[in-house]
Amino acid sequence: MAEAVSRAHTSAHAVLEGPDINRALIRISHEILERTKGGEDVVLLGIPTRGVHLARRLAGHIRQFEGHPVPVGSLDITMYRDDLRTRPARPLGRTELPPDGIDDKTVVLVDDVLYSGRTVRAALDALNDLGRPRAVQLAALVDRGHRELPIRADYVGKNLPTSKSEIVKVYLEERDGRDAVLLLKEEDK
Amino acid sequence: MSIVIKGARILGGEPADILIEDGVVTAVGQDLTGDETVDARGLIALPGLVDLHTHLREPGREDAETVESGTRAAALGGYTAVHAMANTSPVADTAGVVEQVWRLGLAAGHCDVQPVGAVTEGLSGERLAELGAMADSAARVRVFSDDGKCVSDAVLMRRALEYVKAFDGVVAQHAQEPRLTAGAQMNEGAVSGRLGLTGWPAVAEEAIIARDCLLAAHVGSRLHVCHVSTAGSVEIIRWAKSKGWDVTAEVTPHHLLLTDDLVEDSPVGAYNPIYKVNPPLRTRADVEALREALADGTIDVVATDHAPHPVEDKETEWGAAAMGMIGLETALAVVQEAMVETGLLDWAGVAERMSYAPARIGRLAGHGHPIAAGSPANITLYDASVRAEVDPGSYASKSRNTPYEGRSLPGRVVATFLRGRPTVLDGKLA
Amino acid sequence: MKRHLISAADLSRDDALLILDTADELARISDRSIKKLPTLRGRTVVNLFFEDSTRTRISFEAAAKRLSADVINFSAKGSSVSKGESLKDTALTLEAMGADAVVIRHGASGAPHRLAGWVRGSVVNAGDGTHEHPTQALLDAFTMRRRLGSLEGRRVTIVGDILHSRVARSNVLLLSTLGAEVTLVAPPTLLPVSVGSWPCEVSYDLDSMLPKSDVVMMLRVQRERMNAAFFPTEREYSRRYGLDRDRAAKLDDGVIVMHPGPMNRGMEIAAEVADSPRSTIVEQVANGVTTRMAVLYLLLGGADLGGEDQ
Repeated sequence: MAEAVSRAHTSAHAVLEGPDINRALIRISHEILERTKGGEDVVLLGIPTRGVHLARRLAGHIRQFEGHPVPVGSLDITMYRDDLRTRPARPLGRTELPPDGIDDKTVVLVDDVLYSGRTVRAALDALNDLGRPRAVQLAALVDRGHRELPIRADYVGKNLPTSKSEIVKVYLEERDGRDAVLLLKEEDK
Repeated sequence: MSIVIKGARILGGEPADILIEDGVVTAVGQDLTGDETVDARGLIALPGLVDLHTHLREPGREDAETVESGTRAAALGGYTAVHAMANTSPVADTAGVVEQVWRLGLAAGHCDVQPVGAVTEGLSGERLAELGAMADSAARVRVFSDDGKCVSDAVLMRRALEYVKAFDGVVAQHAQEPRLTAGAQMNEGAVSGRLGLTGWPAVAEEAIIARDCLLAAHVGSRLHVCHVSTAGSVEIIRWAKSKGWDVTAEVTPHHLLLTDDLVEDSPVGAYNPIYKVNPPLRTRADVEALREALADGTIDVVATDHAPHPVEDKETEWGAAAMGMIGLETALAVVQEAMVETGLLDWAGVAERMSYAPARIGRLAGHGHPIAAGSPANITLYDASVRAEVDPGSYASKSRNTPYEGRSLPGRVVATFLRGRPTVLDGKLA
Repeated sequence: MKRHLISAADLSRDDALLILDTADELARISDRSIKKLPTLRGRTVVNLFFEDSTRTRISFEAAAKRLSADVINFSAKGSSVSKGESLKDTALTLEAMGADAVVIRHGASGAPHRLAGWVRGSVVNAGDGTHEHPTQALLDAFTMRRRLGSLEGRRVTIVGDILHSRVARSNVLLLSTLGAEVTLVAPPTLLPVSVGSWPCEVSYDLDSMLPKSDVVMMLRVQRERMNAAFFPTEREYSRRYGLDRDRAAKLDDGVIVMHPGPMNRGMEIAAEVADSPRSTIVEQVANGVTTRMAVLYLLLGGADLGGEDQ
């Protein structure tokens, strides 16, 4: 999602506020630690732009709980998208891998909203070009349903039933000045 | 058999009737009657137009135009006589070729075709063609031109000017210094610099005109300057005329209206060769100077330089495209737009520059007479009150290379009479 | 961005920066030894070269292939074009093949404009006559930015045959869009008469400009120009306008020397200068591929449907 929506959405309500987001991320951090045996060999890769901020926050929590840092990086999937024909070309995000790379690591991909699954599909392709992780897992702040590919998240902040005409907007302090997840409805549709 | 044209405004004046009998105007006045009547109320009557500069392309490029198709276009444009340029294939440099073109014109019958003879054999600029033989032929050639090429050799030009004095001829020079225009593509200026097209400097035209004026003065001959395109050329011609030298000049309709920035930015896209022409389109300042010169008589004549080219010679990259534009069917409209509607010229002025003067320069005795009792009945009826989108598909010319597509132009030729016989009626070939 | 890239003037400041930023990211990717991205899989890029230019063609070919596009090389030599087929017929043939982008190099100024009127795909000008070569200007700007940071206020001196140079035209337009201060240096015969209307300064004196330059870009001077009296002799040209060792020695430390290639070593640039650390000539070649990848990616990125992605 990301860019501002200029169309006439007439109603918006907050699904998650700042404290909710914080609690969800803390919970996901714990789950990651449980499922990866204390976060050994874990690399968090955020998908630009908000996924990167979320990955950094998760890393912060894990460090707090365990006392050791978890490598964080970013994985831009723009050049791996399958919708180039139908969408305007977009600026590239940054791909930055931790110094030790991703080979034989457990990579946790982090994104803000899980929807069709196509972004994750593209991310898996991108990962494939970068190395060979031992395992790949997926964390999403919001899962709004409507999958178009056989993909599911290992860690979910909130499952949010939506209709396709609705739009989920994620705001994060680092980029947007506040934390919130909004559900926007187009009234006439 | 008599025809009366009812209620025409001769040269834009008060409505009057024109009686035509046996190809001659026999009376101009009110309430005249005849065997046949043409209703000309609201229309302007002009003397039949005379073009000093037409490319009919026959013989040789019948895919672009023929004498038949070109003279149809001429009649529809209000012309009763055209001068057919010599750069055909074979070149009109012998009595045989000029007579052939002349006979084709007679056979077509839409307007009189007066062949122009080449100055040099094969337009090569090396040896004089048999100018006297062409003058003495049935075609009675008086205008000689290597048009398309410049007689650049100063000695040859001097000899040509001298030689044609023997039969009251005139050399119509295509003023283009060849070395200064090698590979030239468009007017040299800001636009050519940006577009990376080889520049065609104004000085290449002006230098030849200056030289030729001096040569004509020196040998006491007649010089006609084809398609003047720059403000500098105007200054030189004005100066030559102020000396009393026998120099005349023409301007094309397109040089009165269009500018070189169309090559960069036009509704038909950048680098569209529809705007490629020789001499090239110049700047707004040049257009203003040309209009002023035509208004004050420095430039004597509007001549079309009608230059038909088949589609494939224009649907190419700029550098590969042929130079030239068709113009017979839009000339009067463009002159109305550029000169009449701007207040620079009245209809009497149009008659002078598009009929009387070209007939005088070309020594066409049967053309360019005022609409008055005793004159040959060469008459054009023109509706100046209408305005329409240019539709190249409607033209009689075989070619479609008009630069005005997509524009609207004023006026419509309603009827043309050649020695009393209508060649065009109701805007269609009669 | 417009659908075609024909002139550097087609690019707004934002467009140009987007291309350069994209190229930056792509350069990082290729630094990580990923040589191929799936981005343009299933798209067809035609290299339509009416002039021999192996360097430029290979650069575009590499760019398209690294984005997984199908590449068709169509060179005029030995093809139907040399048998008199017109540009328009060639264009219609490409259209029938379903070219998504046509990269055209042509000896006639404006040929890409004409082509753009006859095909549906994007047209990329890879050099037309003496008009423009916009991707060369982009790769030059990219190279300058990598060496010098922002181009804002940078003083770029372009030296040589400006009159016939498509590289100079595109660079003047692009660099002024990006806020650089461009000065053209050439003998007066090799400058367009209308150069005063260009967004740059002009000088006839190389030595006076060198101390005021952050970038010195030398252009190739073709020896045949000498025969057309643009300058008297190679020796005189080289003495007045060549970047020789002595001149290069006087340049400030950070000043870079560029050349779009192919070079006449010893004519406009001394071999020692071309091979010196301040020379970017080899980088320019590598940057060419990255920059052209960015251009192809951004031009082929589908129609703007105004949609929002989740």
